[in-house]
Amino acid sequence: MTSALQTKNLVKRFGGFVATNDVSLNVATGARHALIGPNGAGKTTLINLLTGFLAPTSGAVFLGGEEVTQVSQHRRVKRGLARTFQINRLFAEMTVLQSVTMAVCEQLGIAARWWKPVGAHAEALDAAAALLAQLRLLDVAHAQTKDLAYGKQRLIEIALALAAKPTVLLLDEPAAGVPTVESRELFDTIAQLPRSVTIVLIEHDMDLVFRFADTISVLVGGAVLTEGTPAAIANDPRVKEVYLGHTEAKKEARHGQAA
Amino acid sequence: MPNAASVRRTQLGSFDAAPLQNASRWRKSEYVFWLLPIAAYFVFPSDLALLSQIAITALFAISLDLILGYAGIVSLGHAAFFGIGAYAAGLLAKAGFGDPLIGLVAAAGVAAALGFITSFLVLRGADLTRLMVTLGVGLMLFEAANKLTKITGGLDGLQGVEVKPLLGMFGFDMYGRTAYIYCVVVLFVLFCVARRIVHSPFGVSLQGIRLNAFRMPALGTPVNARLIAAYTLGAAYAGVAGALLTQTTQFVSIDVLSFPRSAELLLILVLGGTGSLYGAMLGAVVFMTVHHLLSGLNPQYWQFWLGLVLIFVVLFARDGLMGALRSLGKRFNVEQGKP
Repeated sequence: MTSALQTKNLVKRFGGFVATNDVSLNVATGARHALIGPNGAGKTTLINLLTGFLAPTSGAVFLGGEEVTQVSQHRRVKRGLARTFQINRLFAEMTVLQSVTMAVCEQLGIAARWWKPVGAHAEALDAAAALLAQLRLLDVAHAQTKDLAYGKQRLIEIALALAAKPTVLLLDEPAAGVPTVESRELFDTIAQLPRSVTIVLIEHDMDLVFRFADTISVLVGGAVLTEGTPAAIANDPRVKEVYLGHTEAKKEARHGQAA
Repeated sequence: MPNAASVRRTQLGSFDAAPLQNASRWRKSEYVFWLLPIAAYFVFPSDLALLSQIAITALFAISLDLILGYAGIVSLGHAAFFGIGAYAAGLLAKAGFGDPLIGLVAAAGVAAALGFITSFLVLRGADLTRLMVTLGVGLMLFEAANKLTKITGGLDGLQGVEVKPLLGMFGFDMYGRTAYIYCVVVLFVLFCVARRIVHSPFGVSLQGIRLNAFRMPALGTPVNARLIAAYTLGAAYAGVAGALLTQTTQFVSIDVLSFPRSAELLLILVLGGTGSLYGAMLGAVVFMTVHHLLSGLNPQYWQFWLGLVLIFVVLFARDGLMGALRSLGKRFNVEQGKP
């Protein structure tokens, strides 16, 4: 089976600093694949390489089995790769409906039409309405984005990404900055997405990661340390070392020797 | 007023899309606005030359608003397109093709071509780079016109521009009646086209680029292609404005390409309010009128007052006159109990 998303020996250097070090990733179609790792492990850089926001120093990216390494960001979106941002990247002065409709128009291929008003494109309004309903944003459809609570804004992030009708969705800390209660709701919404959408998730909340993901890759220092099922990762001593810090891990290791 | 056509039903509830749909409908205040140029024709019959200049400046301001107010491309060299349109119409008329409408189309075409070519330079870099590139293109064009005296007449201007009667029927009279009506009609038609464009998916995507150019590629938007289209469109509009000036004055001064014209236009747009077509026109009306009155009273120092007004506007009325009007309107509606 071809992977939904794949990288081969992906490397990104910023001057002398290696942000992504020989990453070969395989994300199966329909997977719920989490990328975890400590701050500065290169998770967001990897996402930026996947989406084409950054060009890799070497290596290749494949989407649905086709190489897209040289394909520009917006064309990758048209090929089914959408993302959300760790920090909201929204359209502050637009209403929720306006910005989602704008994103929908792009997906429908009518965004370059210049005569009929947006509001007269019924198919765009219908698709936007469906997205707002899916993310429970109907009641704030006409509110300006900047007037909404941060949690609601996170939902707009996801609505804008889903508007592209992605086959692969990259979620960069979707619940970052959202209160716990709301983040559960947000993950319920994400969990309801159909399996036809492959999801790659970056998340710091390990509870959420272990509940949601079926595969986890651990990134450390720009490289993949290990990869496996949540159970395997949870029991991997190297992962513990990374997360618990060296001293703790050494203590544990000593205990291990003593026993 | 919810009606069947605007309500969208989904499995999880319905909502009314009317606010989005109504955004592109004509409002009462807009009809009132367009009665003003008609009224002006009768109220100020001896000032038609000035009124024509105002209409031309309003169109020029709309052209900058399309690229700055909507697409977010800052420019200090927009006179390049105005000027090349003015010379195109002038040279065409001088060569015997004096039909005004053909002149307008030719000017739009030439300006659009220049806009298209230079858009690739403008795309590179951020605001400061864009200011410098547009400024540079403007300066180069000015000096080229200055040097090519055989074609442009240099500092003496282009003489002998003979414009034929409009539609073969309406000659340009010495009172400037035909000229004024012609300018206002062209302004109105191109305003209506611009109004369609800014409310279309294309126009909305330009606003998206202005608000968050970083996010747009992640929605699948080819940002550069959109900006090239917007810049070319704005250039074409400026070219038409330049051609109108040539045709109504039967002369082309090298001033059409000058830096002050670009700078003044930016000032007009900021004064009126960027990102609003009415703001652009309002800025032109107020600026030209104040210019006319103050320079009559105080010919040497009138720019002092202009500077004062400008500082006041950017500090206290961020969205210009249009923004001030809008908040006044809102307050009025609240008092009247309207939403």
